[in-house]
Amino acid sequence: MFKEDQLDKVKKGKGAWQRELSSQLSLMPERKKRFSTVSDLEIKDLYTPEDLSEMDFEKDISFPCSYPFTRGVQPSMYRGRLWTMRMFAGLGSAEDTNKRFHFLVQQGQTGLSTAFDMPTLMGYDTDSPMARGECGKCGVAIDTLEDMEILFKGLPIDRITTSMTINPPASVIWAMYIAMAEKRGIPRKKLGGTIQNDMLKEFAAQKTFMCPPRPSVRLVIDTVEFGTKEVPRWNTISISGYHIREAGSTAVQELAFTLADGLAYTQAAIGRGLNVDDFAPRLSFFFNAHSDFFEEIAKYRAARRMWARFMKERFKADNPRSWWLRFHTQTAGCSLTAQQPYNNVIRTTLQALSAVLGGTQSLHTNSLDEVLAIPTEEAATIALRTQQIIAEESGVTHSIDPLGGSYFVEALTNEMETQAMEYIRRIDEMGGMIEALERHYPQMEIADAAYKFQQQIDRREKIMVGVNKYETEEAPPVEILKIDPELESRQIARTQEIKNNRNNKKVRECLDRLGDACAGQENVMPFLIEAVKEQATLQECCDVYRKVFGIYRDPGIY
Amino acid sequence: MNQERKIRILVGKPGLDGHDRGARIIARAFRDAGFEVVYTGLHQTPEQIVQAAIQEDVDLIGLSSLAGAHNYLFSQVLELLKDQGAEDIALIGGGIFPEEDIHSLKQMGVKEIFTPGASLDSIADWVRENIKPR
Repeated sequence: MFKEDQLDKVKKGKGAWQRELSSQLSLMPERKKRFSTVSDLEIKDLYTPEDLSEMDFEKDISFPCSYPFTRGVQPSMYRGRLWTMRMFAGLGSAEDTNKRFHFLVQQGQTGLSTAFDMPTLMGYDTDSPMARGECGKCGVAIDTLEDMEILFKGLPIDRITTSMTINPPASVIWAMYIAMAEKRGIPRKKLGGTIQNDMLKEFAAQKTFMCPPRPSVRLVIDTVEFGTKEVPRWNTISISGYHIREAGSTAVQELAFTLADGLAYTQAAIGRGLNVDDFAPRLSFFFNAHSDFFEEIAKYRAARRMWARFMKERFKADNPRSWWLRFHTQTAGCSLTAQQPYNNVIRTTLQALSAVLGGTQSLHTNSLDEVLAIPTEEAATIALRTQQIIAEESGVTHSIDPLGGSYFVEALTNEMETQAMEYIRRIDEMGGMIEALERHYPQMEIADAAYKFQQQIDRREKIMVGVNKYETEEAPPVEILKIDPELESRQIARTQEIKNNRNNKKVRECLDRLGDACAGQENVMPFLIEAVKEQATLQECCDVYRKVFGIYRDPGIY
Repeated sequence: MNQERKIRILVGKPGLDGHDRGARIIARAFRDAGFEVVYTGLHQTPEQIVQAAIQEDVDLIGLSSLAGAHNYLFSQVLELLKDQGAEDIALIGGGIFPEEDIHSLKQMGVKEIFTPGASLDSIADWVRENIKPR
């Protein structure tokens, strides 16, 4: 990027500055021996053109919507269209969550995002003994198509897109969504949205799993194949680093393991016989926005560049859209504190700003009370307003990739890429992500990083305001949302009534056909849609999976 | 010669909640503090946890909960311990608990609840002061 003589001048100038600095430091040393990111990546005192001497503008930075997309995937970025403001919401019954969705849309939210309760996430109906005490606690309970219809009642799902955070039962929930839309007269070709459906990161981090890794990936690829042919506007996988980071990884690990998961899905879909350019444009990503401002911006920029290179060079994709890494971002839940919870608004603001400066396509901002419970309406509104203030008042949307060309940000972007490539090389050597997971490699890397961070907090080497510095005695002053304890029995009654009134013979036949598809090679999606239209429950479909594919149990290593 | 055996602790994740960052960190911290640790992994029913606690002859059960189902799951564990005549196994909890639930859980018989911000050392110290090998 710089000519020899320019770099010579920089070197001389830097020498002079360093001499000045060392005489200063002998009088007043720096505040710390070592400055490092929240992920413990060491940061230098100053970055100059010397740090970018190996870089090539065309090859490494380039223009928005130009390979390798370091600066963003759209030509006009936020000057053309703002990111989608998509607040993750789900609580209690389908009626309760429907009400919250309507409220958020009225407040100016531009996309829907659904949080399910634990039984739904794990493929159990509310009337299962495994679900006792958990109905509606951390999201909405969905057992049948009827619940799905109530959940989206009156919402313009032909115009706004819906994201659903669901993994082992993703295919079943998606089938319910398609069936619900078709009952409303909206054809599947018109449906836009996302199912998370990223099973690999479940084994590594979020830990909602049902069947072992290999059949889990087979089901994911069934949805990719079905989406490619039948639901072309749907993102069938949201390849997620969010949970990897929440489980305690570093930023580099989040970047590396997420892209390695993406490589594994791409390989598996190609193995199914799909053409990379037919499905790759519908792969989407999901990253965390943690507290270290520049590290996060560098991570998003590196992610785009790395993915573009993988798609073009490793998988020989020709369609530029296959090279795009489009991503949703959520601010870091694990960075929030129960102590002095109003401080969480400030943390979330900084994190959201890093996501925007990093070029996100969609954003969820956490509510200040999310560390204590599901957010209240008031807290969720402040979180949404945070995005609206960034979008409408801060001015950061005026220029594309405004930090591009910063010596520090470019050097940090390069560093993230180099370190993440080293992880990916190791995973490739093991044979890919499925093999790496079977050896517990990412799981242990994440656990090591999480333990190290906790020790740094305990030793006050890393600071969390209100937790290990600037502590106060008072109890949290915020109101928190409570889930009605009677909800569980009401939901059980509804599900049982449906089971009693449907055509049980037809349901049995549908489930048998689903079982045959699982045991053979056929795509499960058409069989699922047929089954849920007959009011087969979520668990009944998942029990077929469990029976055919077996159950994965947590190895319980720490 | 000191023949006193080490304190044995079962670290458990009851219910369907998959958030195991805290459980795995506290299991390591207890091990590094010199206790014997049994980590039973994710997605355990109260029955499985109590059975493992008795089989492994532990002095203390530490349950991690971050998804809001603690009232039901903790009360089940306490009840099952009582049914099995093992109420001398102490129960503590860690994770996210609304303030009023902490009071009711303690009244129910949970010995202590640790919430976000508790240091690993402070939890290990609490165990040394309050739990004796049975």
